[in-house]
Amino acid sequence: MATEKTSLSFLERNKPYIDDLKHTLFLFRKSKLTMVGFILIVIFLLVAFFGPLFAPYDPIEQNFPARLQGPSREHLFGTDQFGRDIFSRVIHGSRMALWIIFLVSAISGILGTTVGIIAGYFGGLIDDIIMRITDMFLAFPSLVLAMAFAAMMGPNFTNTIIAISLVNWTTYARLARAEAMKVKEQPYIEAIRSVGAGTGRILFLHVLPMCVSPVIVQLTLRMGTIILTAAGLGFLGLGVQPPTPEWGAMVSVGRNFLVDQWWISTFPGFAIVFVVLGFNLLGDGIRDMLDPRLRR
Amino acid sequence: MDLRGNLLDIRELRVTFHTYRGVIKALNGVNLWMDKRERLGIVGETGCGKSVTAQSVMRLIEEPGKITHGEVWFETRNLLALSEDEMTKVRGREISMIFQEPKSSLNPVFKSGFQIKETLLNAKKATPATAEAEVEKILGYVGMDAARVKNMYPHELSGGMAQRVMIAMALATQPKLLIADEPTSALDVTIQAQILELLSDLTHKMGNAVMMITHDMGIVAEFCDRVVVMYAGNAIEIAATKELFRNPTHPYTQGLLRAVPRVGRPGELKAIPGTVPDLVDPPEGCRFHPRCDYATEGCKKELPPLLEIEPGHFVSCYLCQDGGCKPVKKGEEEPW
Repeated sequence: MATEKTSLSFLERNKPYIDDLKHTLFLFRKSKLTMVGFILIVIFLLVAFFGPLFAPYDPIEQNFPARLQGPSREHLFGTDQFGRDIFSRVIHGSRMALWIIFLVSAISGILGTTVGIIAGYFGGLIDDIIMRITDMFLAFPSLVLAMAFAAMMGPNFTNTIIAISLVNWTTYARLARAEAMKVKEQPYIEAIRSVGAGTGRILFLHVLPMCVSPVIVQLTLRMGTIILTAAGLGFLGLGVQPPTPEWGAMVSVGRNFLVDQWWISTFPGFAIVFVVLGFNLLGDGIRDMLDPRLRR
Repeated sequence: MDLRGNLLDIRELRVTFHTYRGVIKALNGVNLWMDKRERLGIVGETGCGKSVTAQSVMRLIEEPGKITHGEVWFETRNLLALSEDEMTKVRGREISMIFQEPKSSLNPVFKSGFQIKETLLNAKKATPATAEAEVEKILGYVGMDAARVKNMYPHELSGGMAQRVMIAMALATQPKLLIADEPTSALDVTIQAQILELLSDLTHKMGNAVMMITHDMGIVAEFCDRVVVMYAGNAIEIAATKELFRNPTHPYTQGLLRAVPRVGRPGELKAIPGTVPDLVDPPEGCRFHPRCDYATEGCKKELPPLLEIEPGHFVSCYLCQDGGCKPVKKGEEEPW
């Protein structure tokens, strides 16, 4: 039997998986908007990774003679009030945005999942207490709460990350809790307990893997929102501080010059729209592609 | 402490479940005991407390259930007095359990070999270096092609194969007691026979005691040395298997045996009239009295004690006190 199996070629052995993948690709190609989102995100990632290598100017160094110039061949997006090249600053800003997305997703995802599975698995009083805490977080609009945290802790990069993570983890906690409650009723959990597995082992080996997939889908769906919140904080002066290139802060600075020098606000604004739109289109597309009810 | 069995002694075990309908008195003072290497059968209708008894031994009763009274002596320790950490060490290493639905008792996302390995490592019966070989050996014991099966996910296994994997997992740690909670109910008859034979062989070789929970009198006759008959949360009759089939004494046991078809016994099967009582509000006294043909006024007042009517044969019935035990006149009808 075993030899029979290995004699099959790799493609034949994995046929069901490959067919499944083909179907996913088919769904992907059928949905134009998902492709658009995908392309936008790929561009965003490429710019974030490699853009700074090609950025024509230093994003921080000031050059007063060239201040407030409109878009031209030397300065594609023009320059700001200190003569810095906006094109270079937007490119460097993409790195900042990517960092924020990555850190916030990691922190709030891990925190939310851990708290959620503990609440769901133990239930009772622990569950009640944790869920009432998440209710408190969910009772405020997320931007307002993030502003409050950022203002309280003082505006800088670390605190921006902490503030956005703190308003985001509740969503993942609720998702993970719902999954954990479902999983703990499964007969195999009782079977595993009866052969001597302790609580920690059950939680992390058997409950956790079942809870991460909805959390991951939700994480990708919320990446656009994270950027928007970060840009919002930056715009209000509660996020990453100048001179670090951050899109929200750049839009905010440009407001003073909006009438005569429209490019200072507009290009960073476009960058935000571009990325948020990309994440939202891609997120919706992924959700539809993975939805078993919409498949075959 | 004077223990009645040298492996397990359950004394006056009471378990209740708090529900919105009221308090369900699932176990009402169960007494039973086991010796090492013994095979004890527990029989009874659905809802009589067979599984709850097993779960109490493992301390796996879930909310809203609660053990309110009693002792479970396992060798020299009272399991109900252990801390949760100590109990975790007893589970798997000293007592293991297999369940009715083998396919849903395996985690669907892990390969079967991995799950057995985890159990071994967790019980410290193998080191990471030796675990792989140990898993193959054990899968070989349960009659499977180890190299193939250890890489299969539970959904690729048939019910019989899954139950073999469960047995492998439960016996891998060489527990002193294996609790089998209706291990063959979800399997078809030919597979049932194979699984029972396998369990019988393996436990014989490895010397584990087995507590076999079932409602199938055939399995009891085939597999068990001794039988406990349960009704509505009480152990009502305990006897060696042969003795029980030859000389069933409690009216309920007699009724059960009459309801089993037998080769060479023509005529209709006689069902026990009535249904199992509601355990939120069980009948006073002997819980069987509303369905019993021989019930007297005394039966309605107090639960009859478990009396030894012959060596090793215990019955909880007032008819059997004072030496006389004549629910059915011998010779007139011997339907079992």
